[in-house]
Amino acid sequence: MIKSYKLRRNISNTIIYVILTILCLIWIMPLVWLVMTSFSGEGVVYSTNLIPSSWTFDNYVKLFTEIDPSKVNYPRWFLNTFIVACFSCVISTLSILMVSYTFSRLRFKSRKKIINVGFILGMFPGFLTMVAIYYLLKIMGLTQSIVGLIVVYSAGAGLGFAISKGFFDTVPRALDEAATIDGATRNQIFWKIILPMSKPIVVYTILTSFTGPWADFIFAKLLLVDQVDQYTIAIGLWRMVDKEFINSYFHQFCAGSVIVAVPITALFLKMQKYYVEGVTGGAVKG
Amino acid sequence: MNFIEYVQLNPFQKFLYKLKMFFVNLPKNLGKFFKFIGMKIAAFFIGIGHAFKFYGTSFVKGDWSTKISYLIMGFGIMVKGQIVKGIVFLAVEIAYFAFMIGFAWQHLSKFLTLGAAGTETIYVDGMPVMPEPDNSMLIMLFSVLAIIVTVLFIFLYIVNIRINVALEERKRNGEHINSLKEDLATLLDERYHVTLLSLPTLLICTFTVLPLIFMILIAFTNFDRNHPMNGHFDWIGIQNFFDIFAGNPKKAATFQSLVGWTFCWAIIATISCYIVGVIIALMINKKGIKCKSLFRTMFVMTVAVPQFVTLLLMAQMLNDNGFFNVLLRHMGVVGEMDFVPFLTAGWNAKITVLVVNLWIGVPYTILSASGILMNIPEELYESARIDGAGPVVTFVKITLPYMLFVMTPALIQQFIGNINNFNVIYFLTGGGPNDPYLYNAGETDLLVTWLFKLTTGRNDYSLAATIGILVFIFCATLSLITFNMTRSSKDEEAFS
Repeated sequence: MIKSYKLRRNISNTIIYVILTILCLIWIMPLVWLVMTSFSGEGVVYSTNLIPSSWTFDNYVKLFTEIDPSKVNYPRWFLNTFIVACFSCVISTLSILMVSYTFSRLRFKSRKKIINVGFILGMFPGFLTMVAIYYLLKIMGLTQSIVGLIVVYSAGAGLGFAISKGFFDTVPRALDEAATIDGATRNQIFWKIILPMSKPIVVYTILTSFTGPWADFIFAKLLLVDQVDQYTIAIGLWRMVDKEFINSYFHQFCAGSVIVAVPITALFLKMQKYYVEGVTGGAVKG
Repeated sequence: MNFIEYVQLNPFQKFLYKLKMFFVNLPKNLGKFFKFIGMKIAAFFIGIGHAFKFYGTSFVKGDWSTKISYLIMGFGIMVKGQIVKGIVFLAVEIAYFAFMIGFAWQHLSKFLTLGAAGTETIYVDGMPVMPEPDNSMLIMLFSVLAIIVTVLFIFLYIVNIRINVALEERKRNGEHINSLKEDLATLLDERYHVTLLSLPTLLICTFTVLPLIFMILIAFTNFDRNHPMNGHFDWIGIQNFFDIFAGNPKKAATFQSLVGWTFCWAIIATISCYIVGVIIALMINKKGIKCKSLFRTMFVMTVAVPQFVTLLLMAQMLNDNGFFNVLLRHMGVVGEMDFVPFLTAGWNAKITVLVVNLWIGVPYTILSASGILMNIPEELYESARIDGAGPVVTFVKITLPYMLFVMTPALIQQFIGNINNFNVIYFLTGGGPNDPYLYNAGETDLLVTWLFKLTTGRNDYSLAATIGILVFIFCATLSLITFNMTRSSKDEEAFS
C-alpha cells in the first residue's frame, strides 16, 4: 500500500518536473535567442539558421565605438536614461511613501474623501492626457529634453499609494503609540520607526520607480520627438528596429537590449524577495 | 424563498435566482440610487448654506480686525500677534490678484468663445488688416489654470477667516496664542499631513488634474486635424460623443468594433493568465518538488527584463521571416519559402497577441500566487485529506475559492490593466493589420492604441479625448466598486 502510494507520488512528481522544465524552456527561449543573436556574426537580420553560424563580440563593441550622433548614440541614451531614472526614482519614492504614510497613519478631516479622489485619479492612465501634458511642458520649455521626462515620470507618482498604504496598515499601531508616549513627533515616527520597519515596501517602491523610466516608451516618444541625443533607451532601441535602420542595426539592437536587461534583471532577482513581500503585503489582506 | 431553500439550490440555480432578483430589485435600487444622489446634492447645498451663515455671523460678531480680514487677508492674524503668518496670507492675496489681473484675465475672458477665429477683417486707421487667429489651446489651458488657482485661493480665504475666528476666540478666553516657532513645530506633529501632502498635491494638481480637466474640455470642441495646433477652434457640445455612438457611421463602426475586441481581449487575457499562472504556481509549490526557487527564478526572469525589449524581440521573432518561421521551416511544418503570418493576418494576429500576452503576464501571476499559496493554512488540507478528498476536490473546494477570495481585487486591477494594455499591442502589431473599413484603426487595435494613433499620427485630438473620457469612466467606476467592496478599505484598522 505504502509502496504504491510512493510510486504514484513519484510518477506524478516526474510528470510535473517534465512539464515545468518544458514550460521553463518556453519562457527562457526568447531570452536565450536574444543573447545568442547579440553575439551573432551573421550580417543579416533574418537568418535562416536557428543558431548563428559564427560568433563575435563586435556588436557590443560597435555599440560604444561607432557612434553616429544623428542616428544612433547608445552610450548617450544609456546615460540619459540613467539620469532620468535616478532623479525620478528619488522624487517618486519620496512622494509615494509620504502620501501612503499620511493616508495610513494620520487622521485628519475628510481623509476618506481625499483617499477616494486620489484613488480615482490614480486609475487614470497618464498617457490619455498626453496632448495636454505635451502642451503644458511646451509652455514651460521642457519638451525635447530629459528634464521634462523627469517631471512627467515623477509628478503623478504620489497617486500610486495603494500598495504601500496597504503595507503600512499592517505595521502595528502600538509602535506609534509607544513612541508618542515617549515624546516622539509624527515626523520622527515616520523616519525613525515606520520606514525602518517597512524595508520590503521601501525597496519595492525604489525598485519599481527606478525601473519605470527604463521601460516607458509613450512619453519619451511624445516629448523627445527628434532630439536623438536626448533619447532614452526605450525609444532609441525602438528606433534601431525601425524599418529604416533594422537592416544595419538589428544585431546591435540585441546587444543593446542585453546591456539594459542584465543589470535590471540582476537587480530584480536580488530584490525578488522584497518584491513578493511588497506585492502580497498589500494584497493578502484582500 | 427563504434562506434554507436558497442554500439547497445548486450553484447554477443560485446564479439564476440572483439574476432574477437583480432585475426584480432594479427599479427599487435605481430609486434608492437617485435618492442617494439627490440627498448628497441637497447636503452639499445645505453645507454651503451653513458655511455662509457661519461666516456671516462671524463677520457680524467679530471684532474690527476680523472684519477687515474679510477684505484684506491676514490682517486680523497680524493684529492678533501672528505676524509672519499674516504676511504670508497677505502675500497670497496680492499674488493672486496680480496673477488674475496681470495675466490670467486676458485668457479667461475669452474662455466662452475660445477667442476669435481671425477670419473677419478689422480696420486699423482705415486700413483693412487680417487679425491673427487666437490660440484657443493656450486660452483653454490658462483658463483652466486660472480656475484651479481660484479654487485654491477661495480655500485659503476660508482658512484665513477660520484662523481669525479661532484666534479671536482664544484671545477672548485668554488662551495662549502660538508663536511662529510653535506653529512650525505643529507642522511636524499634529498637522504633519499638511507637510507631507502639500508637495505631492501640488505636483498632482499641475500634471494630472490640470491635464485631465483640459482633456475633458477638449472632448467638447472640434479640435482636430483641420484646426492647426496654434490656431482657433470652437465649442461644439456633445457632437463628438454623438459621432462615435451613431452620428458618423465610420467612426461609430470603428468604435463598436474596437470596444468589442477590447473587452474580448481584456477578459481572455486576464482569465488565461490567471489560470495558467495559478496552475504553474501550484506545480512549483507542490510538496516534494525540489528546486522551487530555481523554477520560480526562471519564470520571473521575464518579468525583470523591460517589457519593450521582450516585446520588440517577440515582434522580430514572429516576423514572416523571423525565428519562429525559420523554426517551422526547419521542422518541415511549412514549405521552404512559406511562412505563417503570425502578425500580419487578422485572426492570427489576435491569437498571437493573446499568446504572447500569456508569456508576458503569467510570471506576474506566479509571483503573487506563490505568496498566497504559502499562506493557505495547512490544517484545511489535512482535514480534507482525512475526510477522503482527492487532489482535484481539494483544489476545487479549498485552493481555488481561497485564491479567488484573496485575488479578486488584483484580478480586477489586471482586467483594467489589460483594457489599457498599450505595450503588448503597440509593439507587437502596432494595431495592424490595417482594416480599410475602420477609421484609422487596425484589427488588433485596442481603444487606447487607437487613441494614441489618433493623437500622434492624425491630430484628431477631440476624438481621442472623447475616447479617453469613456475609457476613464468605465475603469474608474469598476475599480471604485471593487475598492469599496474589498475588505481592505473597510477593515483598515484590523491590524492596529
